[in-house]
Amino acid sequence: MTPIYLDHAATTPMSSTALAAMTHELAQTGNPSSLHGAGRRAHRVMEESRERLAAAAGAHASEVIFTSGGTESDNLALKGLYWNRNGADARRTRILVPVIEHHAVLDTAAWLEAHEGAQITWLPVDSDGVIDQEVLEAEITADPGSIALLTCMWANNEVGSVQPIAQIVALAEEHGIPVHADAVQAFTALPISFADSGLATMAISGHKIGGPVGIGALLVRRDIVLTPVQHGGGHERALRSGTLNAASAAGFAAAATEATANLAAESQRLATLRDTLIAGVRQQIPEAVFNGTADAQHTGTRLPGNAHFTFPGCEGDSLLFVLDMLGVHSSTGSACTAGVPRPSHVLLAMGRDEETARGAQRFTLGHSTGPEDVEKLVAALPEAYARAKKAGMAAQVSSIQTAGTGFSR
Amino acid sequence: MIYLDAAATTPVRQNVLDVIIPLLTHDYGNPSSTHQMGGSAKRALDYARETAAKTLGVRTGDIVFTSGGTESNNLAIKGLALGTPRGKHLLISAIEHPSVTEACHYLAKHHGFDLDIAPVDAQGILDLEAFTALLRPDTTLVSVMAVNNEVGTIQPIAEVAAAARAFGALVHCDGVQGAGWLEMAGIAAHVDALSLSGHKIGGLKGAGLLMVRGKLPLEPLVHGGGQERERRSGTENVAGAVATATALSLAAEANATGTAEGYGEHFISTVLDGLNTEGRIRARLTGDAGRRIPGIVSFVFPETGGETVLLELERRGVVCSSGSACAAGSTDPSHVLLAMGYDEDTAHTAVRLSFTRTVKEAEIATSARAVVAAVQAIAGV
Ligand SMILES: Cc1ncc(COP(=O)(O)O)c(C=O)c1O
Ligand SMILES: Cc1ncc(COP(=O)(O)O)c(C=O)c1O
Repeated sequence: MTPIYLDHAATTPMSSTALAAMTHELAQTGNPSSLHGAGRRAHRVMEESRERLAAAAGAHASEVIFTSGGTESDNLALKGLYWNRNGADARRTRILVPVIEHHAVLDTAAWLEAHEGAQITWLPVDSDGVIDQEVLEAEITADPGSIALLTCMWANNEVGSVQPIAQIVALAEEHGIPVHADAVQAFTALPISFADSGLATMAISGHKIGGPVGIGALLVRRDIVLTPVQHGGGHERALRSGTLNAASAAGFAAAATEATANLAAESQRLATLRDTLIAGVRQQIPEAVFNGTADAQHTGTRLPGNAHFTFPGCEGDSLLFVLDMLGVHSSTGSACTAGVPRPSHVLLAMGRDEETARGAQRFTLGHSTGPEDVEKLVAALPEAYARAKKAGMAAQVSSIQTAGTGFSR
Repeated sequence: MIYLDAAATTPVRQNVLDVIIPLLTHDYGNPSSTHQMGGSAKRALDYARETAAKTLGVRTGDIVFTSGGTESNNLAIKGLALGTPRGKHLLISAIEHPSVTEACHYLAKHHGFDLDIAPVDAQGILDLEAFTALLRPDTTLVSVMAVNNEVGTIQPIAEVAAAARAFGALVHCDGVQGAGWLEMAGIAAHVDALSLSGHKIGGLKGAGLLMVRGKLPLEPLVHGGGQERERRSGTENVAGAVATATALSLAAEANATGTAEGYGEHFISTVLDGLNTEGRIRARLTGDAGRRIPGIVSFVFPETGGETVLLELERRGVVCSSGSACAAGSTDPSHVLLAMGYDEDTAHTAVRLSFTRTVKEAEIATSARAVVAAVQAIAGV
């Protein structure tokens, strides 16, 4: 039985166009830095991919810095901006960080605090997981000269809430504070123009949009100076050294081009499917609590493919485990912390108590999801919920971790 | 066209493609996900880790998958130097790859480390005596490459490690160019950390690994989800890891059988015998004649100018380079050749021909003759 895959936020399969672009390149040889014909051909592919990706993100090709993924992009943005801004003016030590950020941002900020003399100012969110703009404004205006940078994800990976990036940038801009956005989940799900956003930097990742794993990009506005994290041959405007990966860049760009061309129709399709899913869950399990911003009119306040619930009286890991046995793949939150029976920092920030937060289940839809997938989830849920509740709150992490099919070579 | 620029990058091996295509198409799960697709991806990643560990003769906990040789070098050098609260002294050779040199310069500039650079001899081999004399009681880390990427010389890693250990320093080795030709387990046994890159041995670009002893404190370069036992965050590139491990184990098999072992020597003698006639020296081998891998042959052609030999060779269907790909397009002469004592003009005439053990005998013979003919044509012989 093919599993019902409702975990597209963790990773989504490659689109056939991206796969074709990548495998075509894998059959070629050449280091894009080499001067001979094979190198020049690879260089051309690299630069075409850069242009296509830039066009999809509303950026200029020279603003695209290829990296190994979203995590590295977030690291480069935060460390690079911090080192540069703090180096230029030692009073700038504060980093403004919403509490609901992904670990790639949280852990990087924490590292800067532990090792580089930074101070984190945490920004709270409301019960829907949206940043509190009044607190943000107060934090900025209190002492703008002490702020090195502000970071804010475009959309949250767990509960799908979209952040008011335009307003946030406007507040920061008044005081010349650069803003980084982690747009890993938002890119190609929402209409995004880097140029119009006013952001200093923006992180995106290949494997969340139908491209390959192991490639991402940081968009860097032309007037922004970053201190690099990875040194070497001086690739990517000396901001990120390492042999250029033309095959993955081609796959990433193909996925981005395709997804942005279909964005309006696809986000409408996914939002409708998502609404069906939400209605189905509510009907089957009336006590399930829906989390994050509602997006009834499809106005882009929530990621179109994200549905998130807490199920009272059951452990999210148990529910995931039973659903998995019934052939439905879901998640308790972000894949990075999956397996660790720890309540989500996002739900806690939204004011949920620990016990409620432990009942979390995230269903994320993507390009390969159809109505039958949603139907099967809704049909499987009552039994899964009943069994998970019976299993009680005792996490069966070890058996969950060892569950799985063989890796066939 | 004969592609003799394997030191810049190699084609992906068919056996490697065969193993990763299923991972790119249907086994696409995220290894951190706890459902079955995640479990399946995790199993593939475990397989890669076990394969790499077995090939290198180390524990699975010593393998950190990275985005390539550059990242591995950065992680090893910055991670070990910042993670180890010893002195603040680094020692490397004069012919290291920029990813090693620049990582050290970063530590010097931003973290107050002293950096010493040990010279090499005219043969492109580390001067062990000078190296040992530069070691200090507060030396944190030494880094010496297994094989130089421009001239192909094999460096005395066992001796470097023994000397460094006597001072209590950690030892890192950039093994990127060695993997296709040397028994890497033998090198891994001597060092604390060893960098490898997939795309130099028929794996994928954007994928590599760092062997680093699991017990050593290592400051991560990339922070986030805590993957790779907190040593390297970011969603794991399962296909990349499987490709690197598979390519590494295939290379180890070929190293053990000695495939293509005599090709370099044959290439070198054809070129030198063909060009150095009538008492003239039109070609000079760069790097030691004996202590070199067969897969990198490199010459200077004192009677030719700049890149003319390269262009002529490409016209004749042989693709190669003047030295490292990173520096391609730069007008600076090779830092490796300068360290070996060549003058700038001679260094500008460098040509590097590099191949893996999968090269065909006929390709070697044809290209060696093409080099002779190209230089003769340019020199007007
Ligand atoms: C919001 C967010 N940021 C960053 C990342 C990290 O990206 P990558 O998996 O490419 O390292 C993820 C996904 O894991 C994410 O959801
Ligand atoms: C000796 C050496 N070290 C490191 C690297 C960097 O590896 P990568 O291209 O995977 O970043 C290279 C190749 O460019 C190399 O030749």
